[in-house]
Amino acid sequence: MDLLMPELGLFSISLLIFIIVFLILKKFAWKPILATLKEREDSITDSIATAERVKEEMAQMKAEHEHVLAEAKAERSKILKEAKELKDQIISEAKAQAQAEAKKIVQDASVAIENQKLAALTEVKNQVGNLVIEVAEKVLRKELSDKKAQEAYIGQLASEIKMN
Amino acid sequence: MAVSGAFATANEGHDPHAEGGHEEKKGFNAKEVILGHVKDAHDWHLLSVGDFHLTMPLPVIIYNPARGTSMFSSSKFEHGHKSYEGYRIVDAHYLEANHLSPKLYTEGKIIAVDANDQPTGEKIYDLSMTKNITSMILAALLLVILMLNVAKAYKLRGSRQAPKGFQSLIEPVIIFMRDEVVKPNIPGGKADRYVPFILTIFFFILINNLLGLLPGSANVTGNIAVTFALALISFVAMMAATNRHFWGHIFNPPVPGFVKPILAPVELIGVFTKPISLMVRLFANILAGHIIILSIISLVFIFGTLNRGIGYGFLPVTIAFNIVMMLLELLVAFIQAFIFANLTAVFIGQAMEHTGHHDEHH
Repeated sequence: MDLLMPELGLFSISLLIFIIVFLILKKFAWKPILATLKEREDSITDSIATAERVKEEMAQMKAEHEHVLAEAKAERSKILKEAKELKDQIISEAKAQAQAEAKKIVQDASVAIENQKLAALTEVKNQVGNLVIEVAEKVLRKELSDKKAQEAYIGQLASEIKMN
Repeated sequence: MAVSGAFATANEGHDPHAEGGHEEKKGFNAKEVILGHVKDAHDWHLLSVGDFHLTMPLPVIIYNPARGTSMFSSSKFEHGHKSYEGYRIVDAHYLEANHLSPKLYTEGKIIAVDANDQPTGEKIYDLSMTKNITSMILAALLLVILMLNVAKAYKLRGSRQAPKGFQSLIEPVIIFMRDEVVKPNIPGGKADRYVPFILTIFFFILINNLLGLLPGSANVTGNIAVTFALALISFVAMMAATNRHFWGHIFNPPVPGFVKPILAPVELIGVFTKPISLMVRLFANILAGHIIILSIISLVFIFGTLNRGIGYGFLPVTIAFNIVMMLLELLVAFIQAFIFANLTAVFIGQAMEHTGHHDEHH
């Protein structure tokens, strides 16, 4: 079976061909190809790492933003609350003051009214007294001119006093 | 495997003598045809139509320690009918005419002859550009051109641009070989050093396998001399990678003292069976594929010698079978190239191993 007998010529030349092909491909094909592939893989790894880092940074920034926002919101609501409190206080104070003022005014007014009333009453009393005196004077003047009637009247008055 | 050649061969038997006009109608000899196609030859027989043979003559280079180097075209032999410069190709007619034993003189070999065309028994070294070598050189050129183009594409596009065209066909293969074949088998930082070697083995075998499938082409990787050369390269790479631990494991296996003398030779044989298995596996797989395809084609002519009608009638069956076989062989071409490259990586990795255990991948 010469199929199973390696021929020296074919063997040695195929050895040579393979070695030459290997050396050529190693230097001019595999080296640049593998280097470029490695470079690409490295750049992809780098890009992913960078993207990952940027993502993390973004998340951090976002968290910071949210924190600041939350703080601002809290601040705002605090300010609003304070303002409201202040407003309420001012209103209630104003109300109290106004009430007090009003009360005072009313008091003053009633005192004044009382005074006026008393003054008016005194005046009316005085006036009435004067009028009575005047009327009584006139009546007396007239009555005193008539003796009989005077006496009758005195008599009547006396009887009335007796009755009392 | 020359499909076209087989057609013509059936009509005229095998190599009828042109001189004298004698045309003996021989029966179809399938064995001769098939072996003629799978074996290496000194000329490249492309096709024959009737008595017309389209053959590419190839250079014959012979080193004879007694006579020096001779170099001439194989057409000088006139297909084994003549001797030239004291050399001739042994063929069946020559053996028959001179009553020589085919056991001593292999058909297709070049021998030194004297003036009377009798073998001198001189030791000669045949370094001719045979059919297989020519085919291998073509394959090597094709591979180098293809890969240099791919490398150029990488240089052109750099690492920032996506691969295009043939580059994107080769890239996944390169990455696969690097990441799935070399890196898992060869430990640590040494893997990168072996990637070019494994890639060359894979693509070299693959392109030779594929070219071998073309009709009319040579059966390169189905020749034991070629697979022997490849296995030797793989063996040398493996030996170069061995360390103290590897040899320690072989000559001083971790077994009880009295078993050591028994196991050490077994382990030592194991070192050599690895490349031998590589050699035989590739050779046998490719050769078997070629023989099967040629046998199926030969069936047409075997039936044809019985009856022309049966021969033509069998043609569709042959074509159907051969399509299936060709697809299978296409798969085998890839698988065998991959297995050879993968096992070489495995063996190199084993030779480098530092840990105590050895898995045998056979």
